[in-house]
Amino acid sequence: MPAPALRRLLDEIGPVDATGVEERVAKYATRSIKKKSKIFGLKLAVSMVDLTTLEGKDTAGKVASLCQKALRPHDAGDVPQVAAVCVYPAMVKHAAKHVKGTGVRIASVATAFPSGQAPLRTRLAEVKQAVADGADEIDMVINRGAFLSGSFAEMQDEIAAVVEACGEATLKVILETSELETYDNIRAASFLSMRVIRPGDFIKTSTGKTSANATLGNQQVMLDAIRDFYLQTGTEIAMKPAGGIKTAKQALQFLIAVKETLGDRWLNNSRYRFGASSLLNDLLRQLETQRTGAYQAPWTFTEDSGGY
Amino acid sequence: MSLPITKTPKCYVGGAFIRSESGRIYEIHRSSGEFLANIPLCSRKDLRNAVEAAAKGGAGWAKRSPYNRAQILYRLAEMLESRAAEMAAVTSTEETRASIDRIVHFAGWADKYEQVLGSVNPVASSHFNFTVTEPVGIVGILAPEESPLLALLTLILPAITAGNSVVALASKSRPYPSILLGEMLAVSDLPGGVINLLTGDRAELLATFATHEHLRALAATADTSEATALQKGAADSVKRVVIHDPKTDWFSAAHDSPYAIRDFTEAKTVWHPIGS
Repeated sequence: MPAPALRRLLDEIGPVDATGVEERVAKYATRSIKKKSKIFGLKLAVSMVDLTTLEGKDTAGKVASLCQKALRPHDAGDVPQVAAVCVYPAMVKHAAKHVKGTGVRIASVATAFPSGQAPLRTRLAEVKQAVADGADEIDMVINRGAFLSGSFAEMQDEIAAVVEACGEATLKVILETSELETYDNIRAASFLSMRVIRPGDFIKTSTGKTSANATLGNQQVMLDAIRDFYLQTGTEIAMKPAGGIKTAKQALQFLIAVKETLGDRWLNNSRYRFGASSLLNDLLRQLETQRTGAYQAPWTFTEDSGGY
Repeated sequence: MSLPITKTPKCYVGGAFIRSESGRIYEIHRSSGEFLANIPLCSRKDLRNAVEAAAKGGAGWAKRSPYNRAQILYRLAEMLESRAAEMAAVTSTEETRASIDRIVHFAGWADKYEQVLGSVNPVASSHFNFTVTEPVGIVGILAPEESPLLALLTLILPAITAGNSVVALASKSRPYPSILLGEMLAVSDLPGGVINLLTGDRAELLATFATHEHLRALAATADTSEATALQKGAADSVKRVVIHDPKTDWFSAAHDSPYAIRDFTEAKTVWHPIGS
């Protein structure tokens, strides 16, 4: 039985038809994308990647090579640079040396990522420091504890405080769908977040640090929420699935979902991003296969990306 | 009266039994002309998927001890022995016996070929210098139309004995032995993905076998024009190509030689400093 606060919210925004969502996303995998449209889709996906390294063992040197890869993913062919690099706050100043002014943005996770379990003041200080060091985008986690216990106002107030701390920086709100457990919860959390963030800010599926990550189903619930919110208010909110998207095939399926739910206005990297580390190499591999006509070996592409 | 249950032949890829992703099939008939089965007509995409499966299965296989590889190959011979009558019905008794013998031969070589192919090299400096072999990676196999079991195994065994994994295309006209072989491999303790068996049209898949960059060597029976196509296609990825004459006598004891293994290994030479 959902908490009264959640029930009132769902009465207002409408619940999710879970079976319908599953059926619908199963169809996305059956679309046939070939030749020119495939190359278009692969290049578009490259331009939407937030190339990510979020590990305890990250160093300035590793961030430097990540930035080089972001700026020039592959020598052959006409491959665009990625949208952004995504690093921990301590690494922002190292990334800034390499990508400031190049068009590749710097995203930083903040607010005690991935758990969010730190005092609000600490989390806000982290955001401010990351922005001061040069972050163009901040990926924050919501307070899942507050959401699940029905304290929606607390959760929204915290997001609003982070929006303020961001200043000019774009905000991405991570719902951590695997900890929300139901599609209804994901829809509710999406709406609560969208009501306090600015146009052009993102909602994001996951941290990539839990067992379950972005799926077509989770994304569909969030895309539907973005569409409904846009139809009600005229505000365009952006989307970022993250975690577990490893192959070009998956990426194309995610893009099909965007195209068929939100349309062409969302098919660019200011409205849609992939949070991923190993995805980029598979995209490059498939682009090379299309360009040369021969299936490629994984070692043709900077092998160390496994460590990104 | 009970309903006869016929078997759907499937390809053995990545330790699982698969249909072609394309859904295509072709019919094979008994020599009497009677319908025997629908065989998967594998596509280039199936080949690509099989290479991915081989990459997954191969890494662990290469790390097994040679002794353990020998045990597993011997176990494969045991599995074939226990279903020898069934295999003989689709090949011949002689071919089945010779195939079992060949597996046992290579099971024996698995922990001995290194002593034959490796060496300790005399050098003029104060180094202990020795050469050992390492597997090349994934090997593509194109089996001939005739001797559908023995020839297939003769091409596969040297590659896997050295710790490689293989993707093999079986005889098109006589694919059934490879289907049965897949069923035996599934219970042979050989890790999934080490041997991947496809059925289908050779002309359709030849170019992909040649150009796929992830395949590091090819062992093929091929006529002159096919051999040229394979070597040309393999040039870009600098792939080793071992061509066999389609008229080869597969029963010959010459095929038991461990030197066939050398084609699917890279030599690694180590200079180890020692006191003067």
